[in-house]
Amino acid sequence: MFDINKIRSDFPILDQQIHGKPLAYLDNAATTQKPRCVIDAISHYYEHDNANVHRGVHALSERATAGYEGARKIIAGFFNARSEREVIFTRGTTEAINLVASSWGGANIRSGDEILITHMEHHSNIVPWQLLCEHVGATLKVAPINEHGELIMDAFEALLSERTKLVGVVHMSNALGTINPIASIIDKAHAVGAKVLVDGAQAAAHLAVDVQALDVDFYVTSAHKMYGPTGIGVLIGKESILETMPPYQGGGDMIRIVTFEKSEYNDLPYKFEAGTPHISGAIGFGKAIEYIQSIGFEAIGTREKELLAYATAKAEAFEGLRQIGTAAEKACVLSFVLDSVHPHDLGTIVDREGVAIRAGHHCAMPVMQFFKVPATARASFSVYNREEEIDALFSALKKAQEIFA
Amino acid sequence: MFDLRDLYQQVIVDHNKSPRNYGKLEHFNHEADGYNPLCGDKLHVYLNVNDTGLIEDVSFEGEGCAISVASASLMTERLKGSPLADFQQTFEGFQHMVTAELDEEPDEETLGKLAVLAGVREFPSRIKCASLCWHTMKSAVEDSKEAAKTE
Repeated sequence: MFDINKIRSDFPILDQQIHGKPLAYLDNAATTQKPRCVIDAISHYYEHDNANVHRGVHALSERATAGYEGARKIIAGFFNARSEREVIFTRGTTEAINLVASSWGGANIRSGDEILITHMEHHSNIVPWQLLCEHVGATLKVAPINEHGELIMDAFEALLSERTKLVGVVHMSNALGTINPIASIIDKAHAVGAKVLVDGAQAAAHLAVDVQALDVDFYVTSAHKMYGPTGIGVLIGKESILETMPPYQGGGDMIRIVTFEKSEYNDLPYKFEAGTPHISGAIGFGKAIEYIQSIGFEAIGTREKELLAYATAKAEAFEGLRQIGTAAEKACVLSFVLDSVHPHDLGTIVDREGVAIRAGHHCAMPVMQFFKVPATARASFSVYNREEEIDALFSALKKAQEIFA
Repeated sequence: MFDLRDLYQQVIVDHNKSPRNYGKLEHFNHEADGYNPLCGDKLHVYLNVNDTGLIEDVSFEGEGCAISVASASLMTERLKGSPLADFQQTFEGFQHMVTAELDEEPDEETLGKLAVLAGVREFPSRIKCASLCWHTMKSAVEDSKEAAKTE
């Protein structure tokens, strides 16, 4: 049974006043808040178990290693990876994409090859591929979107060819909320022999992901958008591909034997984890995933659909508001502009009413260019949000209109 | 409590709605681009300085929030007809006002109408909106080829 009060009480930060008004945190697409269990797991680690992993024989190091590797196991289960060897900890989605672009891309992409992305990608799924293309002389192709902010599948298919070596696609757009049909995208990409990287930064807290059922080659995400800490994320890659990839960074932990003549690399997943990792972050990430599992995607999906429907109905009835991103398949994001008020002014004005939203280009400048807006205001919802908070947003928008009337 | 109206004073709302000196000048001998990468605000300023060193005409174009548009509009009003040699002092006076401690009253005597922007001090994330145009104008005055940035 979904109990909103119980869920809200799990997040200590939510219970506060901002400028004398109750906080309405509607910036979940930027980062989610952290439940008590995650905060406690991180504190507990530093208060009781802190040590370096994979090297000490003392009790603390064994506990730290067990915590770190335990988190990997939880993550492997959550995404249904074939084994923990397919789960590589990174600093976040951005580093995971850079890892693939640099290591896999550097070894496999050649002059004349093509990398295909979509018009709704976050900068982190554009720039690493641009860098790779510049470096090796490959070409970056961009599949177009329509005025609802949906990928145009026919055009996407038409851009696929035997030259396409990799498809990079966002699972859920952070700027628009659009959910892409990744299963079908992966099938079509595989049919021409391309590998697929799915950017799951925005999706992983909202949609169940089964990497085996999807047959995805690389799935990447960040803990902090899933109620976990910042500075940790994950690359889940097919073992058969990861095995063939050269290391991304050199250092401790990723080697087996080092001599000045030659080094022998460690096994998966350690080959890609040079240096002391973000141990407490991984432990917090694991706990965050258990938290998501304790609510369950069915309840999460139902609740988040209710919130989006409630907000969308209000947006449609609000005079002078234009929604940016109206895909049939979308979740959790209400991106919009008002006739009379610039998004940055909106951000400041609604903040004074206790409402936290994002104003800007959302690290997706090509999306702004497509919709011919310099920026949008974006309210993004999470399982702990209430209808009252959406009401607070819309009263604050009214206030903004009055200031500029 | 601090009121939003202290930031969005009527003068600012008005200059945002009808910016003065907006558009490209027909004759100009200095210009520069300004860009705030954080929020995407873009600005271009044009400056026509005559032989006696007087700013004969000045204008701007671009897009941005109310604070950045109003600030640019107020800046052009202030600079038009003033000696170029005074620019640096006015620039520094404005910068000081928007970054000063909250309890320091703006020097209305020298700042004049520009003092309406003193309210941005209460909103650290918005100070750059107010100062972008001034940095851009500084680039134009110095004939810097690089776009002015607030970061």
